[in-house]
Amino acid sequence: MHGLINRSIQNYFCANYGQRLWADVAARAGLDFTEFEAMLTYPDHVTPAVLEAVCAVLDRPLAEVMEDVGTFLVAQPGYEAVRRLLRFGGVSFSDFLQSLDDLPDRTRLALSELHLPPVELREDPDGQYSLICEAPLVGYGYLMMGVLRAMADDYGALVLLEHCGRSEGAEALKIILVEAEFSEGRRFELGARA
Amino acid sequence: MSGAGHDPAVLDKLCPMHLLLSASGRIRHAGPTIQKLRPQAPLAGRRFLDTVTVKRPRGIAGMEDLRRAAGVKLHLAFRDAPRTELKGLLVPLGDRRLIVNLSFGISIFDGVQDYALTNADFAATDLAIEMLYLMEAKSAAMEASRRLNLRLQEARIAAEEQAFTDTLTGLKNRRALNAVLERLITAGEGFAVMHVDLDYFKAVNDRLGHAAGDHVLQVVARIMQQETRSSDMVVRLGGDEFTVVLPDVRSEGILRGIGQRIIDRLEEPIHFKGEVCKVSASIGTVWIQRGDRRSRDVVLANADAALYASKHAGRARHTFFDPALRARGGMVAAPVEKGGG
Repeated sequence: MHGLINRSIQNYFCANYGQRLWADVAARAGLDFTEFEAMLTYPDHVTPAVLEAVCAVLDRPLAEVMEDVGTFLVAQPGYEAVRRLLRFGGVSFSDFLQSLDDLPDRTRLALSELHLPPVELREDPDGQYSLICEAPLVGYGYLMMGVLRAMADDYGALVLLEHCGRSEGAEALKIILVEAEFSEGRRFELGARA
Repeated sequence: MSGAGHDPAVLDKLCPMHLLLSASGRIRHAGPTIQKLRPQAPLAGRRFLDTVTVKRPRGIAGMEDLRRAAGVKLHLAFRDAPRTELKGLLVPLGDRRLIVNLSFGISIFDGVQDYALTNADFAATDLAIEMLYLMEAKSAAMEASRRLNLRLQEARIAAEEQAFTDTLTGLKNRRALNAVLERLITAGEGFAVMHVDLDYFKAVNDRLGHAAGDHVLQVVARIMQQETRSSDMVVRLGGDEFTVVLPDVRSEGILRGIGQRIIDRLEEPIHFKGEVCKVSASIGTVWIQRGDRRSRDVVLANADAALYASKHAGRARHTFFDPALRARGGMVAAPVEKGGG
């Protein structure tokens, strides 16, 4: 798994629970180091082990932790780059949703080593959306849910999100766009320097 | 002409940076994005060539020149600040009016900053957004890589400090020497320590510079490895001081032979960029017998005492340690004559 993913989990944890408790996570996950390097690649089994250790140390369910990590990626000051790169996806929140299918390809343009699981947006007959997330990492759907929640805030959209469970390696989200322009949202200028 | 080409609303969608010019060269209509570049006053009504200057093709002074540049890539810039550079393509309509479509080209990065443009200011088919995305994504990735490189560099420096190798000569260093001596002493084995100090090395450095000095040290290192046994360990302590640790020595004769060969070989001229460097060596040796447990410091101090005896007795000598040397405060003792032994 790309170090950026592992490092994000570490950054989320350390920002909220501190460096000392992270050492416990690293030990419990069987790492022989404490710092993930964002630009290196790690064996695939490391990420689930780290997540399991995070849940055990915090005594919190995986779903909650994954959603928090997703929100952290977008909303955390200092992670401005992720928010901005996602905002390039569209002018409005629904525009942004339509751009999610391209996310793995866009990501690979930036970092050829980083392979995000494919996601597919479906428009339901009731005018609402489903997002099918291939989830080789259990709980990836919850992470996407955190990302979407934070991005909705960013666009100023009011949405309801629901995780519809996991089957055959995929996790589905139900996205109900209640109001596209609920609040001001955050400004996004193409030329701002992050 | 009729159809979509005349409908400003259509062109505003497809080419939000276009201008429609009258036959006389006055701007009749400006696309919404190009208008954003001059928010103070409408572009419509102004003369095109008073608003922008055509940098290439050269020599465009009036409308007839401009007309001849139809279908050619135009390099333009605003006449007033910010003097944003633009690329342009001019197409005449049948009724002598002209359409000029504009784009930022490579100045897109400054353009979006100067004018606070958003995704909505570009046509959905325009690659500008993807280009901006890519630049920002790549910059972020480069910055992360740069930080990783810095950390790796720091780690490399730290590893070098802990390493057992002398980087200039590839020989072992003092840290390695200490480790090997501890091991031999703890095991109670017999071994010899031979301190080798170059003579006249400072003169080489002073006369020919450090590059020559470094070359000499590398040649010396190679010679010492050639003239010792594969089981021996050659160490550069620093500067022009070397040490050889020789385990499993059966006779003083072996040590004398090795010492003599080292001195003889080191006295051969060393060539460096057309200059000749001449050095020699003084040697002091201590031979520790099996079971003769002395501390590392004592072993090294005894080898030092023997080396000083060689230095004081004139150079290019090889002295064996004798307790009398230290009793006399490291002063002159009976050195082994050069060529003797």
